Parts: sequence; C-alpha cells; structure tokens
Amino acid sequence: MARPLGESHKRFLQTMMVNGIIDGAKARALHRHCCETHGAHYAHDKLDEFIEVINAQLQPMFMQIRKGMSEEDGLQYHALVSDTNTINSKFFYYYNHHELLLYFLLSSSPVQVNMAETDVTRMSTDYADNELELFRKTMDLIVDSDNGTASSTDILNCADSLQTKKLKKRETEHVLNRLVQDKWLNEKNGDYSLSTRCIMEMEQYIRMLYQDQVKVCHICHNVALQCQMCENPTCGIKIHTPCVARYFKGRTDPRCPACEDFWPHEIPDMYRSPSSQSETQSAAKENTAPTPRSTAQTRRTRRS
Amino acid sequence: MSQRKRASNTQSSQNKGVRSQRWEAVLGDDEDDPSFTQPSTSQVQKGLDRLTPAQVDLKTAEVVQFIFVKDQKKFPIRRADIVKHVVKEYRNIYPEIIKRVGCVFETVFGLKLVEIDSKNHVYILINKLEQLEGESLNMSPSNPKTGLLFVILSIVFMKGGVVKESMVWNTLKKLRVDQGERHEIFGDVKKVVTDEFVRQRYLEYVRIPHTEPLEFEFRWGQRADMEVSKVKLLEFIGQLHEQDPQSWTQQYREATAPPAAPAVVTSANTSASVSQR
Repeated sequence: MARPLGESHKRFLQTMMVNGIIDGAKARALHRHCCETHGAHYAHDKLDEFIEVINAQLQPMFMQIRKGMSEEDGLQYHALVSDTNTINSKFFYYYNHHELLLYFLLSSSPVQVNMAETDVTRMSTDYADNELELFRKTMDLIVDSDNGTASSTDILNCADSLQTKKLKKRETEHVLNRLVQDKWLNEKNGDYSLSTRCIMEMEQYIRMLYQDQVKVCHICHNVALQCQMCENPTCGIKIHTPCVARYFKGRTDPRCPACEDFWPHEIPDMYRSPSSQSETQSAAKENTAPTPRSTAQTRRTRRS
Repeated sequence: MSQRKRASNTQSSQNKGVRSQRWEAVLGDDEDDPSFTQPSTSQVQKGLDRLTPAQVDLKTAEVVQFIFVKDQKKFPIRRADIVKHVVKEYRNIYPEIIKRVGCVFETVFGLKLVEIDSKNHVYILINKLEQLEGESLNMSPSNPKTGLLFVILSIVFMKGGVVKESMVWNTLKKLRVDQGERHEIFGDVKKVVTDEFVRQRYLEYVRIPHTEPLEFEFRWGQRADMEVSKVKLLEFIGQLHEQDPQSWTQQYREATAPPAAPAVVTSANTSASVSQR
C-alpha cells in the first residue's frame, strides 16, 4: 500500500508542476524547505526516498519525478515527466504542452493510436498543427545532426515546406521563442538543441520514433544528442560530452572503452558528476563550472 | 494564483485556420449536455460491477489530466465538458469517478476540487496548501497580474466587501494603471479586470440596479474567497500603512471569522453538492 503523502510532499510536487524541471541543488533546497515548512522529518540525504514516496502516488496518474543529466552542463536535474508505462497503456498523459508528445504518435508512430482517446489531450491552444509539425521537423534535424543542434537557417527552410501549412520567418521565430520559453528547446547563437526536460520527457518516444538512427551513450545508455564519437569506422560508439569528461578524467592516454583506439577528441574539463554535487558545504577544490566546449571537435593538448 | 507566465500568445489569424475541427470543438464553452442526468447510487454500483478496477483507475487518471489542462487558464471547468470529452461511455459511474478524482487531488496534489455552481455544475481547482510569503523557492516567475488583482481585492475588502467600480479605477489610476489606456504590462486593463478576473472567479462584477447611466460594483469572487487569506491581506495592508492589522477592527473580525464551508468534492457528498455561500 503506497504511503500517503504529507504536506511536505505535496508542496514539493506542486513546485515541480509549476517548474517542470529543476536542478539538483534546487531540488535539495526545495526538499529542505518543504520539510521545514510543514515540520516534517528532514534528512539531507533522503531526497530520493522522499521523491519515491511521491512517485508511488503519481504512478496511477502516469506521472513520475525522474532524475536526468543535462547534456549541456553534465548536472543532474529532476523533472516531472510522463511514466514509462504510458505508451503501453495507450493513455497519453497530458499536461502543459504534451500535445507535442501526442503529435509524434499521431503523425508517424508505428503504435496504433485510438483517435478517440486522443481527443481529450488535444486541448491546448498553445501550438497549432503546423507549429507542432515544425517542432517535429526541428527534432528530426537535431537527431540527425552530428552535434545535436539544428541551425535556425535549416529550421526556417523546413518552415517553408510544412505539410500542414507554411510558416513565415517571423512566425517561425515566434514559435521557436515559445518553445524555448516553455523549456522544450535551448537556443545558443542561433542553434537549437533539445532541452534536458525535452529529452527526459520524450526519451522513450525518441527511441521509438527514430530507432536505430538515434545515438545512445555507451557510458550511461541514455539518448545522446550532444556527444563525441569514436573515429574507428568499425566501432563508432558515442559518448555524451559530460560523460566523456567524467570517464576520461585525469587520463593521459584516453582510449575508447569499446575498441581501445585512441580517443581523439577534446576531453572537457570538470563536469561535476551527479554524486559529487555538493550536499555538504565543503567547497570543491577546483572551479566546478564547466568550461565552454568548442563545438568543433579538434585535437588539442589536454590538461594532464 | 499560480498562473504561469507565457509569451504573448498572438497567433496570426492565418494559423487559426489550421486547427482541426475536432480541436475547436473540444475547446471553449460547450452547451450543457442535456442528456446527462446524475445516475442513482444503484445505477453507479451496477456500472462499477461491469468494469475492471483498472478501467476505472484509467478513467480517473484521464479526468485528473483533463482538469489540470482546463485549469491552466483558471477558468471554471464544466461537468458537461468532463462528461462529454473524457468520461463518455462511463457516464453512468460519473459520481464515483469524480469522487475518486477529488480524492486524488487532495491526497496527491494538495488541491481541492470545488463545485462552485451546483445548478450549472461547474468546478474550480483551488490550492489547499498555504501560499507562503516570499516563497522564492517556488521559483515560478511571479505574475504581475497577481499584484494587480491583490490591489483590487484589498480595495474591496477594506471597503467592506463591495465597491463601486469608479473607486477601483480611480485608485488604480493613482498607481498609473489607467483603464482607458493600453497598459504596458496588462494591456487592456479593463478587460483583464472585468473579464479575465471575473471568469477566473477572483472577482464579481455586478450591475447596480436602477442606475442611470449603468454602474457596476466589484466584490470578491468565489475563488478569491477560498484561495486568498484575508488575514495575510490585512497584514500586508498593515505593513503598507505601518499600522497594526487589528486597528481595522471590522476587517480584522471578518478576516479571522471561521470560513463558510465550500462544497468540496469528497467521498461524503458525491451526488448532491450544495454550494453554501
């Protein structure tokens, strides 16, 4: 029998619903805040169990609070996402802008979808059909790319050839801005990538839709869009850039974990691993902010 | 009020034509479904006997999701819409489903599903958890409309619960919010106050009878009654005027009076929901 939720749990959940995704530090602070507000027992290392209690209650609603790693900064985040079992149950959990999820399944999914069941979910006024199609095309570009990004130029070209209805340049920019605001996409220097929230929410759908086309990280086994690749043509494994930083940290002679060929790419500095994200107050010896990665993956002398 | 800030939703008029017919039909106000009459207890039991627990659970989850989506704009949710779009062929066990839905909202999310109109069967979702002052950990971008709303609620409250609209506009004008001009943040102020806030049930905008020309007055709406703490409001006003909240004896008495019980959807009262106001 699932344990009933205290007010502290409900407050945590409400905050998750409002924000969609929060980083590990905020999650810990929120945990403490919620427990203290309602006089609940608080132990700083019990966040996972705290969340599991909530998740047990969320499961019948096809929702879960999950942990995931950002491809950008390697940090751990908590997000409120739809349950893995959703797709099996044919009930498509929907809140906020999940019509995006629906769209994939309606447009090209091999899974048979009962159209009547999806009526209930197509209710948001936020994104029109062609805007959803644009998002889908953007996602196609991103998954297909080497570096997990799609340029605004390429997206604009897609906008011009939508099946539903074309989007003009200004309209396209407007949609992209909203997608960024709604935390589905990240934008940097005119290039768009999938946000951490988007990947966490849609991982299973992405795998299903793109199947072999989608890259998977050899280290953590999650979908890998911003990643490095082994140059050995018979190997070609992919590793998330933050996973590269962690795996090869301190190694003077980095070797591919699969084929042992020399790993030729720049090893980024100091991505904090989720487990070392400071729960204690002791300061990290080195600056733990990740250094900006160059998008071009060139050989460089590495710090030893 | 936990409205999420959104980028302006202006979609070009051409885009609107893209939406599917079905989509348009699901949005907005449908006519009340005349064919839905509340099933009797025995009918509900018979209906339940024919379904598996999993089926009922699934339908409950769907209604919860539906209400969350509809609640985003804070407009009340019609029973007719719930039945027509989600419950559908399970309508014969509707009381059981809505009872479970109410239970889920309370026990999982700390929210209350309240039927605010027992004639037209309309619900709102309110927050049972106390909204804390300066809850920066909440991390949601604070909605500027909340500030505007609170100013108006304060005016109405301090004036004993009802206030002529002219007084509200005059006060707002002193705060550089002019209903006659387009406001930088709020846009059409009059529309936000007399339409949006009213539809969301934060305010009531009522015609004063026998007035020529037509005059209106503002009162607190049902959602404000349930969600807004009068005590906290008074404390805030006290801080503003650097006075003890208790110095406004009338208002203080009203703020600390026990609240009238709203018609909460619980296991105790599934079929008859009488709004006690």
